[in-house]
Amino acid sequence: MLRATLKSLLSRKLRLLLSGLAVVLAVMFVSGAFVLSDTLGRTFDSLFTNVYSYTDIQVTAKPKVTGPGQDGAPANIPADMVSRVAADPGVAKATGAVLAEGARAVGHNGKKLGGAPGAPRYGASWHGEDQLISLREGRGPRADDEVAIDAGVATLGNFRVGDQIGVLTLEPKKTFTVVGVFGYAGGRDSIGGEQTVAFTEPVAQRLMLGAPNVYNVIDVTVTDKKDLTKVRDALRADLGPAYQVDTGADLAKKQADQVKKALSFVTYVLLGFAAVALLVGVFLILNTFSIIVAQRTQELALLRAMGASRGQVIRSVLLEASLIGVVSWLVGLALGVGIGAAGAFALAKLSGGLTAAGVGVPPAAWIVSFVVGIGVTIAAALMPAVQAARVPPIAAMRQASASDRPLTRLTVAGGVLLAGGGSALVFGLSGKAHGNTIGWVVGGVFATFIAVALLTPLLGRPVVSLLGRLFAWSVPGQLGRRNSARNPRRTAITAAAMMISIALVTGISTIFASVSDSITKLVNEQIQADLIIAGQQTGPIPPAIDPAALRQVRGLPTVDSVAAEAYDMGMADGRQLFVGAFDDQAAAARILKLKAKDGRLDRLGAGEILVDDATASKRHWTVGASVSVQLSRGDARTFRVVGIFTGNANPGGGGILVPWRDAASGFRAATPTQAFIKLRSGANVTATKGQIDRILRDSPEVNVVTRSEWIGDATKVFDIVLTIVQVLLGVAMVIAVLGIVNTLVLSVLERTRELGMLRAIGLRRGQTMRMITVESVVISLFGSLLGIVVGAALGAAVVHALKDKGITELSLPWGLMVAYLVAGALVGVAAAVIPAIRAARLNVLAAIGYE
Amino acid sequence: MTTALPTAVDVAARAVDVWKVYGSGEAQVVALHGVSVELERGRFTAIMGPSGSGKSTLMHCLAGLDTVTRGEVFVGDTRVSGLGDRALTDLRRDKVGFIFQQFNLLPTLTAEENILLPLSIAGRKPDRQWFDTVVDTVGLRDRLRHRPTQLSGGQQQRVACARALVARPEVIFADEPTGNLDSRSGAEVLSFLRSSVREYGQTIVMVTHDAGAASYADRVIFLADGRIVDELREPTSEAVLERLKRLDVTSAEAAAAGSGAV
Ligand SMILES: Nc1ncnc2c1ncn2[C@@H]1O[C@H](COP(=O)(O)OP(=O)(O)O)[C@@H](O)[C@H]1O
Ligand SMILES: [Mg+2]
Repeated sequence: MLRATLKSLLSRKLRLLLSGLAVVLAVMFVSGAFVLSDTLGRTFDSLFTNVYSYTDIQVTAKPKVTGPGQDGAPANIPADMVSRVAADPGVAKATGAVLAEGARAVGHNGKKLGGAPGAPRYGASWHGEDQLISLREGRGPRADDEVAIDAGVATLGNFRVGDQIGVLTLEPKKTFTVVGVFGYAGGRDSIGGEQTVAFTEPVAQRLMLGAPNVYNVIDVTVTDKKDLTKVRDALRADLGPAYQVDTGADLAKKQADQVKKALSFVTYVLLGFAAVALLVGVFLILNTFSIIVAQRTQELALLRAMGASRGQVIRSVLLEASLIGVVSWLVGLALGVGIGAAGAFALAKLSGGLTAAGVGVPPAAWIVSFVVGIGVTIAAALMPAVQAARVPPIAAMRQASASDRPLTRLTVAGGVLLAGGGSALVFGLSGKAHGNTIGWVVGGVFATFIAVALLTPLLGRPVVSLLGRLFAWSVPGQLGRRNSARNPRRTAITAAAMMISIALVTGISTIFASVSDSITKLVNEQIQADLIIAGQQTGPIPPAIDPAALRQVRGLPTVDSVAAEAYDMGMADGRQLFVGAFDDQAAAARILKLKAKDGRLDRLGAGEILVDDATASKRHWTVGASVSVQLSRGDARTFRVVGIFTGNANPGGGGILVPWRDAASGFRAATPTQAFIKLRSGANVTATKGQIDRILRDSPEVNVVTRSEWIGDATKVFDIVLTIVQVLLGVAMVIAVLGIVNTLVLSVLERTRELGMLRAIGLRRGQTMRMITVESVVISLFGSLLGIVVGAALGAAVVHALKDKGITELSLPWGLMVAYLVAGALVGVAAAVIPAIRAARLNVLAAIGYE
Repeated sequence: MTTALPTAVDVAARAVDVWKVYGSGEAQVVALHGVSVELERGRFTAIMGPSGSGKSTLMHCLAGLDTVTRGEVFVGDTRVSGLGDRALTDLRRDKVGFIFQQFNLLPTLTAEENILLPLSIAGRKPDRQWFDTVVDTVGLRDRLRHRPTQLSGGQQQRVACARALVARPEVIFADEPTGNLDSRSGAEVLSFLRSSVREYGQTIVMVTHDAGAASYADRVIFLADGRIVDELREPTSEAVLERLKRLDVTSAEAAAAGSGAV
């Protein structure tokens, strides 16, 4: 039996190669994801181990604002804490220092210095050279207007000792003289692509921490390294819960974990690709094996007649599947290690200063990819295997006939599954599936896909014949159209792969289009600003607008009013909330069309706050209530609620508005982050925009944009995600193409005699090719059409469920849908190339005599 | 024994010193040895001979399905040898009709669509009156909407005949059209082919090894070892069988002589 299996495998190399390719792709993405995250993980482990290799113990203060998403900056430590720490047993030396994110160097061109995306930009206090840091040029800063910069910043911005450098901190841009350039141990320009500017201690305290005589870290050297953990624990006990005490190793691990978590999206993208490749691949394998079994009916029957048991027949098919699985798995794993390594290398390169760790294949990569590769192949082959076993021995004596079995059972199963999947989806989206929403939704979507796949043969007949009409104007078209309706099951399985890829991308496009349009509608309705000053936030400190520039903007004759906003996170009743502040509350209420649900909104006196309606009802705050709010800096303050508003005042939605004065003293950065500008009626928007642009020279992080540009920026993120999804669609389409090629090659083979006859009675080569192409295009258009309908329906369901989250508009992305349909048609044409050439090259005589 | 014809007779297709050699070296097979034959218009010609004598090869060469190694083939006034695939295809489409032993029809098309297929491929409008005549002659009037799978073998073969006829080709080639039929269906198909020659002046060339089938023809050409060895006009089954018997003896002798020469 094994010999027979191997022989039959070899005789169908091409087809098996095609179906194996889907498994190869899936395995490649799965193992690539694991290898990448493993390699990156070890890269960051070693990076942070390096960073903290000279640190014994570090003391920081717990942040004043903590939250489920992200904690605020560590709180400031009063200078006198240093001597207290130094006095503790086991401590040899304690040094207070400033090392805080948010010092953004400005290049010679007036723009914020580029560099690795998301890389931190530190502002530090200069404490001289040590084991880690050494000067390459010049000296450390001694005066208030002097800085030393790391060699990375120097190279990136082409700065030399003696140059002027602008730096944005908690305060607006200030200019310094570069007096030194420093590097790190091991000849590094930076430790891991970060940028560091070092000030004198008092300047660092003022600009980075916003207060004199404070630090944010105390570096502790112990007398005996063996006592490291003992000293740490003693410090913890002494300093109490307000302080965080960690060893260098603790910190390395914490930081590495944080970065790994941030980078896990790469893994998720790859795993998403793998999931789609698999989903589509299952259909491809299923198709291949049903075709193989159908072709081998007589051979199988002969085996059965000679005494092979059903089990043996099943095993022989499954053996074939596992052989394909093993080969595909190995190839996929090799490719996966390749892309994982390449990805890690590319990311390290991108970060500017990282050295990628050696490539390793973690056990998870082996195991999961094995299960995926072989398990899925065998699972997909199971149904055809059982079908093969059902072939009665008598079939050996009969002319093999592709009997059209009734579709009733498939249809019923599909219907039931569709109902189940739909219900799961509805339940998941209703928000009743506490914590399991994703599970229910994904399960529902998955079940819906399978259900629609099961229903495709039934839908195929009418839809395919309708689609075929499009091509029925020529004889080859007519013939191709009939051929595509010939084997509904095969057409359906082939089209299902296409359906899934297109449905996914259409669904996501529908959701994004709806979200974008909802945002646009909301903004247009609510925001009366003609121009907006805003920028992209890339670090923990939001972009800054120079208040001096704002004063100039207010002074422009065409400007009616300006509402500039600063925001931050705060704590109230132990929970995080969004805190905003406007420098002109009355203008803000007007421009942002805030509506008073209770109380007043036009001004905020000292000790007064306004609360968003949703926040108020969630927290049971009413006008007159007294609320204690902890801001990033300073102690908790008590406010009285004077108004409850509806409308979007904060970019984060919800939250509270505090007086401007409290923002200045309590927010992490007191500079305004965005400003809404209303122009006088009749003012020239473009001219004013130009004027403001010039005023904003010293605010390199922000730009002035019109309202529609602002909306475009806000919805740009969807375009990026959509692009990723479309690449994913591309991958899925490649697999779908393979499926169609597979089916067509088989059709050509099965119909060799027919093709020979057609050619004999006068069908030209070109006409033959057109016939095959039409068949292909009809199949892929059928899949695409189905995908668009299913995708739009799923997308609409999700949008409907998000109605109370502010997604009020359902927008179908017609343009994209047409594009996907065209893509589907092109896929059909592409898939037809090889089979069509094969059909056209057919030797007429050989074909007629074909046995 | 002569194949020369009075010049007055119109010729639908002819072969002039046609050689067909398959393979090369050791495996070389000479299927046709300088065959020259003229097939008269409006006649029913049968090509007979033992298995492997080159009947099908001759037919394929005449029909533009295969190329000749040497010599020339004409269909009507068209010189077939030397044409490219496109021209050959169009020649088959416009001037030639085919009836194969089996698998003549497209299963996706109805009987009527199958009959009209060559015309649709060529983009020609069918002559409705002629179509009706053909359909009535083959007796398929009530089967036009049926698919091939719903027809018996004899009916399928009659559809194939109707398809070949409806385009009024210069010549129809039939390779053992009754080979897969029972004797009654076979007789039906043959008498129908004969009447289309007698009544409508169609030219038909039929390859067969069945003496009974050959007796329907106006003329029988005998082939042995790739050579035309004999011919018979207005044949009867008995006369054909008689000639075949003689032929077997001659070819056996020839074979013996051939092997002796090596
Ligand atoms: N494609 C081919 N390749 C090699 N030899 C062939 C081929 N086709 C036919 N022949 C040989 O040519 C000779 C004549 O074949 P054919 O015309 O099919 O005979 P018939 O139809 O009279 O039985 C035979 O010997 C056959 O083996
Ligand atoms: Mg033959």
